[in-house]
This record gives sequence, structure tokens and C-alpha cells, in this order.
Amino acid sequence: MAPRATVSPSSPSPTTYHGPCYVLGDNIDTDQIIPAEHLTLVPSKPDEYRKLGSFALCGLPSTTYPVPFIHPGADVTRFPIVIAGANFGCGSSREHAPVALGAAGVRAVVAEYYARIFFRNSVATGEIYPLESEETGIWKECDTGDIVTVNLAENLLVNNTTGKEYRLKPIGDAGPVIEAGGIFAYARKTGMIASASTA
Amino acid sequence: MRRWSEMAWRRMESVWRKRGVCDKIEKGGGLRHGRERDFAQSKLETKQRFSRRRSKVWDREKIVIIPDHYIFTSDERANRNVDILRDFCTEQNIKYYYDIKDIGNFRANPDYKGVCHIALAQEDSHTCNAGAFGQFASGIGNTDAGFVMGTGKILLKVPPTMRFILDGEMPKYLLAKDLILQIIGEITVAGATYKSMEFVGSTVESLNMEERMTLCNMVVEAGGKNGVVPVDKTTLKYLEDKTTLTFEPVYSDDCARFIQEYKFDVSKLEPLVAKPHSPDNRALARECKDVKIDRVYIGSCTGGKTEDFLAAAKVFLASGKKVKVPTFLVPATQKVWMDIYGLPVPGSGGKTCSQIFEEAGCEVCVSTTNRNFPGRMGHKEGQVYLASPYTAAASALTGYVTDPREFLL
Repeated sequence: MAPRATVSPSSPSPTTYHGPCYVLGDNIDTDQIIPAEHLTLVPSKPDEYRKLGSFALCGLPSTTYPVPFIHPGADVTRFPIVIAGANFGCGSSREHAPVALGAAGVRAVVAEYYARIFFRNSVATGEIYPLESEETGIWKECDTGDIVTVNLAENLLVNNTTGKEYRLKPIGDAGPVIEAGGIFAYARKTGMIASASTA
Repeated sequence: MRRWSEMAWRRMESVWRKRGVCDKIEKGGGLRHGRERDFAQSKLETKQRFSRRRSKVWDREKIVIIPDHYIFTSDERANRNVDILRDFCTEQNIKYYYDIKDIGNFRANPDYKGVCHIALAQEDSHTCNAGAFGQFASGIGNTDAGFVMGTGKILLKVPPTMRFILDGEMPKYLLAKDLILQIIGEITVAGATYKSMEFVGSTVESLNMEERMTLCNMVVEAGGKNGVVPVDKTTLKYLEDKTTLTFEPVYSDDCARFIQEYKFDVSKLEPLVAKPHSPDNRALARECKDVKIDRVYIGSCTGGKTEDFLAAAKVFLASGKKVKVPTFLVPATQKVWMDIYGLPVPGSGGKTCSQIFEEAGCEVCVSTTNRNFPGRMGHKEGQVYLASPYTAAASALTGYVTDPREFLL
């Protein structure tokens, strides 16, 4: 699995993500995030995990979203942050949806709210932070390519290109689960289930 | 409770406590409970997690495993999934594993990625289908399912309940699919997010179990956590020959309150479609009669049950003509497939569905499926209209989106 929340030259701290954003509208469903034909890929195999990532958001209609999320020929996206509208991740329960985004290099999604299964899957896998904005419609004020900063500790999204700031709802109890790397890692860390050494 | 009112919480709480499965309701809206049954589809990822750690499932008799979605195909990766699933079930000695080993009669279609069955399953968003039996049934992902299989526990927020009261005599040209499209059109694809949807009223009581399943199947299309139809004599009759175990149905208390209530006079409703590209893009079928279609699909967990095929057969019988567009009929389970070949269609003089379909020129998008988001049925630019089996069959006969009253009245 790709490392998460690492400190890199573009990220001042593990709780901050910085880079160009990709902007989506309302009701982005799981068929757009990862079409069904790719679901036979098994994320626990590193080469298939990478391949899954390369297909992230390939279901988006190109007329509405002319900028490709992943450059043709590339495996990962140059957009670590996705900004979206209402009901992100609606549709199927496929866990491949947040996994494909995470494998592609997305660190956080900021949406108005999420479909519940997608939200659960994001937390259970620990692949991405599914953050919610306090205001609605922020996707209309951002353009794909704007340089943004997501600050988890301050619950803030800053669009450095427009200068606007947006308050985020705290990730709450889901935060430590995602930080640990998902529900299994969290459960082991907190002693809910036996760790690998004692299994 | 975060996000919900105390009164809404009380309704679901009474259900959870009565069930005796809730041993701890936590502050902040979470609760842990022992799971009565956990169903899992072929999810390789979950199984590998167990194999790597040499772990054991929490209770080999409380897990039901049914290969689904990626079966009867020549896709190597899909077949790999099923093989590993079989190995896992053998290793864990899972009592209730329904293998698909004998696939001799099924032709693998190289273009097919798999068939979606009716699955009373956890790792499927349409798990909510099972709410027709008065169950709490909700879809989860692989990792959540793996966690449940290992620990027998899941962390859940108790949802508030929206009540849908459907009264009035069901017109003979309407099916449950029309009712749920009406509801989703009313509340939108996010109208029931994190909420439970309860269906009551005289119309609901008049529905058979398969129609109730259609109703509950699509609650996820409104964002619902689960759907439920209270247990009644119809439910009990259906279960008579299917189980000898005792069970205790649970119901909303008299003092239960609901976050929202919607009332519908079903006798006034008309056949509907959901236009591209959203299940809430509701329109009257008769207003779409100029939409030329390329093909019709009658199948899936939503519209591929025996009753759905009997309904489609009724329209073909009434017309007596052949379909004008390729029409695909895909039974949701082997039992449905056998019913299509075995059960006589009422009013047909003893013909079976399969005979009627053959005479109408069907191959064994208006579609009886549940989603019409872009790319759902293949091509990104494809346009899918969701409809009931009556409307789908009527449309197949004309080559245009068609109100089934053209044939049924």
C-alpha cells in the first residue's frame, strides 16, 4: 500500500495536505469513481493496487470534466485534494472507490457530505480523509488546478489561488481510525483485537 | 446524540434493544452489537486478510457466503476470486457456503463481467433489499465485513426513521418499482442519507414479498441506510416453508416518532421512469413516449425476480406481437430461471414465461435495474431510463419509452 500522511517537501506536516485540487460537482457516484469492469483487481496485490489507482475517476464524462484526473499514461494523479459537492460517493458499496482514489494519490476529499457507505469505506480502509465543509457550494468557487491547503488540525481549507478560506467540520472519531491506517490497524493499536504478534 | 433528535433516536433504539443484540449503546450515537448473521459475497480482499494472519472467523455458523457478481464468466480474475473464496470457506469450515461449482449448464460469455443476483448480502449496497422481511439490512464494504467476520461486532450510528405511508388500491398497471421511483423522485438521491426508510400503509400490506423487496432494494438510491416493511401475515406465510427456527418480529412502538412522514395516494399514481442520469430524475412514462430506445433489460436484483418476469410476460401476452428492440431477460437466481421455464402465466392458457418471451422475440436502455448514473451499463455516454417490468416490456414492444397502459387496459 502507498504510504499515507508522510511528510514531503510540499506538505509542512502530516496533518496538512497541499497541492492542486480537482473540482467535481454533486452526486459523483461510484461508477464514475471506479467503473465496475475494474473491480476484479485486488488491492492487496501492489501491482493491482497501482493499476486500480490508474483508473480512478475514469468514469467521469469528459464533456463535463475535460481535464483528465490522471494524465494519459500515468498511474497517479497530480491532484492530492478533491473538492466536491453534495452526496459524494453515492451508488454502490464497492470499497474500490475510496481505495482507487487513495491509490491514485488523493489524500483528502472535501465535499458537502457523503453517501454513507462511501464514508464508512473511506474510514475502514484509511485510504482518504472524507472531510465535510461547513458551507455548501464551495466547489463552485474553486477551479481544477487551484492550489489549496487542507489543514486537519485547524479544520480549514485554504484556496491559495483565490485567497478564500473555508471552515471544515471536524473529522471526529473517524480521524484516529484513518490515521492508524484503517479499522483493522486501529483495532489492533487500541487492543480491540489481537496484534499480529499475538494472533 | 450528534446530528439526530432524541425522539428519532428512541424509535430505532426500541428496535435495537428488543432484538437483544445491542449490548451497549454508546454516547455519541455509536453502538456495538453482536451480529446475528453476516453474509459475505466473494470478496477476495477480506479473505486474504484472514489467511495472512491465520485468524479464525468469530462464528462459523453465523456467516453465510454466496459467490455473486463475478460468476459464470470467462474472466480469469473473476474466477480467481471464486477459487480463493472456496479455499477460505474450506479452511474456516464455514457451514453455510453456497458454491457454484456445477456450472456445466451455463455458457460463459466472454463479454460478460458477471451477473448480479438477488443476494441477501452484506457486501452489496442492495443488501437493504432484505428489509422487506422486517430485518435491519444494510450494505457495507469489504473491510467492514472482514472486521465483522473476525469480531462479530460492528460500530454503527443508529439512524432516524422516515416513514412512507402508501395507501389506496394499487392500479393494475403499477408495480412497486413505480412506487419507489415516485418516492426517490420526491426526496432526491440524498433525501434519506443516514436515515432508515419505513414503508407502511394499506398498499404496502397488499404487496407480495417480491414487490416489497423491490421497494426496499432501492432505498440506497435515496441514500438510505436501510429500508423496512413491518412483518405481517404475508411475511410469515412466505417464511413458512423456509425455516423452522423461531424468531420474534420487532415493530415500531406506539410512541415512536419519525423525523419525516410522507403520504401517498397510490390510486392516483401513474407509471414512471427515472430519466438519465439519476434515479431521482422522475418523469411520467407517457411523457417520454418520443424517446426512441435501443434495447431493454429486464433483470438484476431489483427487477429480475419471478414476479417481475410474470409482469413482463403479462404485457407481452396482452400485445401478442414481437419486440422491436433487442430485449435481454436476466433471471436474478437459478430458482427464478427455473420458474420462468416452469410456472404457467395466469391468463395464458398454460404458457410459461419462457414460451411467451420466445414468441415475443426476446433474447433470454429501458432497464429494470436500480441505477442509471453515467457508465453504469457500459458506455459513459449511454442513456439509461429506469422503469418497472411493465414499462420495460411495453417499451420493448414499441421501440419507444411506453406507458404500459397501452397494453394493459
